[in-house]
Amino acid sequence: MVCAVNKHLDARLLDPAGADELVRALQRRGFSVIAPAIEDDIVVLREYGPADTLPRGYSDTQDGGSYRLTRTGDDRLFAYAAAPQGFKRVLWPPRQTLYESRRTADRLEILPVTEEPKKLALFAARACEIDAIAILDGVFDNGDFADPGYWARRRDAFVVLVECGRSGDTCFCASMGTGPAREAGFDIALTEIFGNGPHRLLARAGSERGAEVLAEIAGRPATAGDADDRNRMLAEVAAAQARRMPADVAAILAANPEHARWNAVAERCLTCGNCTMVCPTCFCSTTEDSSSLDMSTATRARRWDSCFTIDYSYIHGGAVRASARSRYRQWISHKLSTWHEQFGRAGCVGCGRCITWCPVGIDIVEEANAIAASSA
Amino acid sequence: MAARKPKLAVWKFSSCDGCQLNLLDCEDELLAIADSIEIAEFLEATRAQVRGPYDVSLVEGSISNDHDAERLRKIRKQSKLVIAIGACATGGGIQALRNGRDVDEFVRTVYAHPEFIDTLATSTPITDHIPVDFELRGCPVSKYQLLEVVSALLAGRQPRVPRHSECLECKMRGTVCVMVARGQPCLGPVTQAGCGNLCPSVERGCYGCFGPKESPNTASLADRFLATGSQRRRVREMFQSFNAAAPAFAKEAERHEPR
Ligand code: SF4
Ligand code: SF4
Ligand code: SF4
Ligand code: SF4
Repeated sequence: MVCAVNKHLDARLLDPAGADELVRALQRRGFSVIAPAIEDDIVVLREYGPADTLPRGYSDTQDGGSYRLTRTGDDRLFAYAAAPQGFKRVLWPPRQTLYESRRTADRLEILPVTEEPKKLALFAARACEIDAIAILDGVFDNGDFADPGYWARRRDAFVVLVECGRSGDTCFCASMGTGPAREAGFDIALTEIFGNGPHRLLARAGSERGAEVLAEIAGRPATAGDADDRNRMLAEVAAAQARRMPADVAAILAANPEHARWNAVAERCLTCGNCTMVCPTCFCSTTEDSSSLDMSTATRARRWDSCFTIDYSYIHGGAVRASARSRYRQWISHKLSTWHEQFGRAGCVGCGRCITWCPVGIDIVEEANAIAASSA
Repeated sequence: MAARKPKLAVWKFSSCDGCQLNLLDCEDELLAIADSIEIAEFLEATRAQVRGPYDVSLVEGSISNDHDAERLRKIRKQSKLVIAIGACATGGGIQALRNGRDVDEFVRTVYAHPEFIDTLATSTPITDHIPVDFELRGCPVSKYQLLEVVSALLAGRQPRVPRHSECLECKMRGTVCVMVARGQPCLGPVTQAGCGNLCPSVERGCYGCFGPKESPNTASLADRFLATGSQRRRVREMFQSFNAAAPAFAKEAERHEPR
């Protein structure tokens, strides 16, 4: 059955087993499905293999600098918060070869590395994650230049949204306006309803191909009551978030470059770069050259970099941001303030990863609120 | 390329030879360039010795007696480039644990004939005695970084040896953070990357083999260890290992000495 484009948002109800069926339906269509799995006591994203099933009954407790996987004792599919590593590493891998060159007897040959288009399915991306991908889309295609590697992976990517039935302990998407509900940017959206009537998945198609795939999965039409259950649940999830970013944070940070709080946070910040690495929108990279010992070949590669490294701001004569104070200020100002000038919106989607995965638990929301509270 | 082959010498001071062995472990790769460099001095590999001057001297080990300090200055004079390799040469090595302690007592306890022992009270990095052109960190150095530095020198380009934290290696590789997910202390946030993520990738905290990263905030990290249940003595010992004489680590260890 092919739905009309304007009809594809009709909701259906699936049994919980429908989630794995959906993965397999995507695989049958030739997609490599990148889905959550449990590895080393953590939720990871990896290609769903022939013997895999989606994890059930897992949740997590998170705090600044702390993450523990927990068991729920039931068979909920999506009770854990966003996976520690987002889909950024799938679409924008940590290392990419840009080109190779080879020296022959009489000349230098440049061997470009072209990436074949990939058919990836990003399964169980949360609302904040899809918003982050929308940000990366703008970064890697600014109208003048589109990054070929990124788009080779991104262009055909099939996106399955999962709306959160529980907020992670460090999440603040509600105050960033990025979640937990989402109405666009996906091919299929799933909302798990648990503990209120039968355990079920509310499924909506967000594209024609999404509707086609959904039609292959056993299910039944959703009712207005199911839609109400979803809305109520998502409102509760949003209300449960303890962290809130101040609404006018962009202006507040811009007005306070010399605030005393920068010194206080610099005392604690390790300039380790973990926050930027786990951030789903941090896109900075550097290029590195290497050559073979016999100097017959050379490679130019791109790898993730961070504004927390000293080499990041190295220019002739030294590093512009030598102190931890200036590096922390750069990070949070870019995410929450200067990003608006560059890309017309905030660069933070409120996923909370930078808080959880900071080894000393520095909290971007706490820092922003502290500066707002005693703003110049 | 220059017609004359670059002359490479490898020198050893107080050390375990582990770094030189890593160089030997590169034999397949080095064979490929045996024609393009001349090994002038490398006692682990060959008895042949060629007189200086040298284009590149790789120096392993720390300085723990006067005679070595003098030998090192001669090597510097005869070498265009000096590269300090390994934690002993760049951070004093494990033997720097004696710094600030009663060395005479150690000598009396350990040796049957203490009168034969001629040693300084400290073990200090090569970099305390002569200017060096490059430091290659690690206990031992990484084979890949060693090859990288040699190929960069031959090609006349910058070596790709970043000074950032080990944490970046974790995140790029996809290793789960042992501090955050397991509550284990880890020196990665203050340690220079380069080992290839050896310890965190097998669920162990970083031991700091590669010495302090650029601008290491050891105090904040140590405070976090204490706040999450590490004993003060244990925190001190973490900073007193392979790079005990690296200033940032020595200073942090000192902060946790019993008073
Ligand atoms: S800044 Fe922090 S909370 Fe915001 S998107 Fe990045 S990792 Fe998530
Ligand atoms: S916060 Fe730093 S690493 Fe992240 S995008 Fe901005 S400059 Fe790059
Ligand atoms: S804020 Fe935390 S994660 Fe980010 S660089 Fe500082 S210590 Fe590392
Ligand atoms: S395991 Fe250690 S090195 Fe790796 S990210 Fe965590 S603190 Fe950093």
